[in-house]
Amino acid sequence: MKGFQRKDLVSIDSLSKDEILMILDTADSMKQILRRDRKKVPPLQGKTAVMLFIEASTRTRTSFELAAKRLSADTISLTPDASSLTKGETLFDTVKNLEAMQVDYVVLRHPQSGAAERLAKQVDASVVNAGDGWHEHPTQALLDLMTIRERFQKFDGLNVLIVGDIAHSRVARSNIYGLNKLGAKVMVAGPGTLIPPGLTGDSEYPVEVYNRLEDALPKADVIMMLRIQLERIGQSLFPSEGEYARFFGLNAARLKLAKNHAIVMHPGPVNRGLEIASDVVDGSSSVILPQVENGVATRMAVLYLLNRSPEAIRGDA
Amino acid sequence: MSEKRTLLLDEAGIKRALTRIAHEILEQGEDIRSLAFIGIRTRGVHLARRLSRLITEIKAIPDPVPVGELDITLYRDDLDTRSDRRVLQATKVDFDVSGHRIVLVDDVLYTGRTIRAALDAITDLGRPRKIELAVLVDRGHRELPIRPDYVGRNQPTRKDEKVRLSLKEGEGVDQLDLVSQEAAS
Repeated sequence: MKGFQRKDLVSIDSLSKDEILMILDTADSMKQILRRDRKKVPPLQGKTAVMLFIEASTRTRTSFELAAKRLSADTISLTPDASSLTKGETLFDTVKNLEAMQVDYVVLRHPQSGAAERLAKQVDASVVNAGDGWHEHPTQALLDLMTIRERFQKFDGLNVLIVGDIAHSRVARSNIYGLNKLGAKVMVAGPGTLIPPGLTGDSEYPVEVYNRLEDALPKADVIMMLRIQLERIGQSLFPSEGEYARFFGLNAARLKLAKNHAIVMHPGPVNRGLEIASDVVDGSSSVILPQVENGVATRMAVLYLLNRSPEAIRGDA
Repeated sequence: MSEKRTLLLDEAGIKRALTRIAHEILEQGEDIRSLAFIGIRTRGVHLARRLSRLITEIKAIPDPVPVGELDITLYRDDLDTRSDRRVLQATKVDFDVSGHRIVLVDDVLYTGRTIRAALDAITDLGRPRKIELAVLVDRGHRELPIRPDYVGRNQPTRKDEKVRLSLKEGEGVDQLDLVSQEAAS
């Protein structure tokens, strides 16, 4: 069997089912390393990884940085205020300068959809998309898939319900792609204004749309709550926090409608009391903290699997 | 080019070789309670399990000698020259290696680079009292100063030949072959 041959990870959409499973299997093994007394392994020794976060994020950046360090890479973190992008330099020029300093991996978060994919074609460094605009957040979907597989050991026949602002969520988009590729059924629920029109019509990645959370919950094996990103949503699409919590917030009473074995996920950071009630966050169905642990394992798997052979860098692997 | 196979060991031969290694391990006269095997994936693990069974039978001890499984991929020295990256298999060592006498088991000893990687991988798990090396075949051509403590068979080879071990656990049959390419006549 062939191994992983990609130089970059820019989207779930571009991965095959086998490639996703290779990453999940490797992540399972990486998790065992994280639980050891000595948590460091040598495959990226002498390599340098730059965390280039043009959009603020503490959790994802910390998770990537820790993952790179566990694999023995050296890491540098650049944030918008520290980078020359504020001085007018283009992203391409910033990364070319980093490459001149012999950087091997660039983990990029960028407000523009497609930024990671464009950059990956322009540079020799391996580019990992850590979120690009409304487009994709592939490692978040991969860690979600890993967490689901840990609990259910399968995807076939599972109903996964994604709740919230589907339209502006790259987490939702990556998960809809990944879950469909692996054979799970995807349902979404949220206010009509936050569900993209024509979502069900996409035959490659089918989705069932629900306008009432109560109608979807009884079928759900997995409930994935999205963070309400007030900074992304226009006022006209989102009436009020109180109203949102009343109709789409996951509280203990609503959770009772779901299957007994249902798990509750959230990509973080959590708005307690808005999209999810405090007692659900801390309750026995919640796998929010396991998601965080799996995030480091998944990112280790991705950084390790990206192919740095001369053929891959030249683009003819 | 066609393939020429020469049978080096059949099922009985492999069994004899492993039994002799088991006896040699016991002849060191050390406390058997500190003994543990670690097999290098994949065939080394199968051989380590067989050695553990043999020793458990010979000494008629109640608890089998522990066996760990090692994936050395992360410790390889040629990661960036390979044209792809392999899925990382689990390393399963459920006992504390510290204080144990570890017998590291692999199928074929060749350049020694796999063993170098395995030694580093074990060191990251703890500090064994001692590590010894058992291999079914030593085919020569070492590139590092590594030598085995227990050898099933010494088999001088050319570099363009291959030594291929089949085991019941994977291939369904116990057999050790020397494979060489011949120009078709």
